[in-house]
Order: sequence, then structure tokens, then C-alpha cells
Amino acid sequence: MNLTILYFARLRDELGLGEEQLEFTPAIRTLGALRDQLCERGPQWRNSLRADGIFAAVNQGIADWDTPLQGGEEVAFFPPVTGG
Amino acid sequence: MSQSEACHIEVMVQSADFSQAELYERLRADSPAIGAICSFVGLMRDFNQASEVRSMFLEHYPGMTEKVLQDIARQASERWQLRRIVILHRVGELLPSDQIVFVGVSGTHRGEAFAACEFIMDFLKTKAPFWKREQTDNGQRWVDARDSDQQAADRWR
Repeated sequence: MNLTILYFARLRDELGLGEEQLEFTPAIRTLGALRDQLCERGPQWRNSLRADGIFAAVNQGIADWDTPLQGGEEVAFFPPVTGG
Repeated sequence: MSQSEACHIEVMVQSADFSQAELYERLRADSPAIGAICSFVGLMRDFNQASEVRSMFLEHYPGMTEKVLQDIARQASERWQLRRIVILHRVGELLPSDQIVFVGVSGTHRGEAFAACEFIMDFLKTKAPFWKREQTDNGQRWVDARDSDQQAADRWR
């Protein structure tokens, strides 16, 4: 089961990517493990995904980094919100 | 109105402008038990962080945005006795003086209406997945989140 990963706003600009499909592997046990794996892509990924206040959502709900993943989820990464 | 009567919640995310008068009528229409309506409208300023802003683009996370706004409204309806809640937030390209957001609540008493309206705005600003990108004479920039907005939301804990 693939993961759908979305990147919003400043993150999308920095990474040059708005959406991707990633093959789920057992190593991606949690949201934090997914972030660790994405950070291995290079310094830009580490800087962006580990910046202060970066949030993540699983299936459109805010989620902690220890949230378990099992494949098939929609995961989103985004900077602090600025609406209103 | 009886405590058991459910609060009606309406959430809209749209690029089109809105009429405050029309939204006000929705808050008021359905019950003589309503004694108070409180609403807030946020507008786009032409000045931020020491430079003039020509236009703004509001991005959001379709699907999650609506869920978060529904959830904030539900929390308000559990905290105060309210009759109706209307939240409308615009997305896309906006110009200075444009309306950005409307929050309105109706209920029995003014204290609850004032508090609920402020509660919803404070949480909308810190929880709902919207992001502002400003166009200035020096180019585009993403707006930074403000500590003061987080402090405003923290008051309600």
C-alpha cells in the first residue's frame, strides 16, 4: 500500500514537490520514521522537514511524530498556519 | 432554547467574496429564542512587516481545512450554549481591503456569543491549515506565524 505524501506552502516551494506516492515499507512504522527516511534525501529535506514548528497530518488530522503508519494513509507536512 | 437542542454548524471555504448581511440573516432566521449574535470579519491589510503588500494568495489543505473548522465549531458548541455557527474563509488571490474571513455565532446571551466568536477565531488562526503568501514590490514571501496568535489561543486552555 502506497503512502500519499503532500507538502504545502513554504515546504512545497523549498522541496520543489507538492505531492508524491511512496512505497510503504515496514521500516516506516511511524510518522517520525517516515520523516527520518525523507530527511535522508539530502540537506534541503533535513532543513525543511526539521525546521521549527513543522506540522504533520495523517488522513487530514494533526498527528504526533509517534503516530503509527501501516500504508495507505494520506500524510501531509506543512509549516505553521497563517490563516484568518 | 433547550440545552438539548443541537447547534447548527455551517462551514464554507471559497474563493468568492461574501455578503455579511446574508450570513447574518442565516444566524438570525430560525428562532425567537436567539438573543444575541456576534460576528467577526477579517480584512486584508496593505501593510505587513515593514513593506507594502500588493496582493495576497491564500493556500489551504482542501478536505482537512473543512474538518478542522468543523471541529473548532463543535468545540465552541460544547463549551457554550449556541444556536448557530457560520464560518466562511476565502482562498486564492486577494487584494487589500478584501474580506478574508467571517465568523458568526448566535445564542441566547451576549456573553456566550462574544466568547464563542473569539474562541473560534483564535483557534482558526492557529489550527486551520491556511497559509498566506504576500506579493510585495520586492517579490513574494510566505507570512510567518505570530507568537501573539498562539498566546491568544492558549488563553482558552
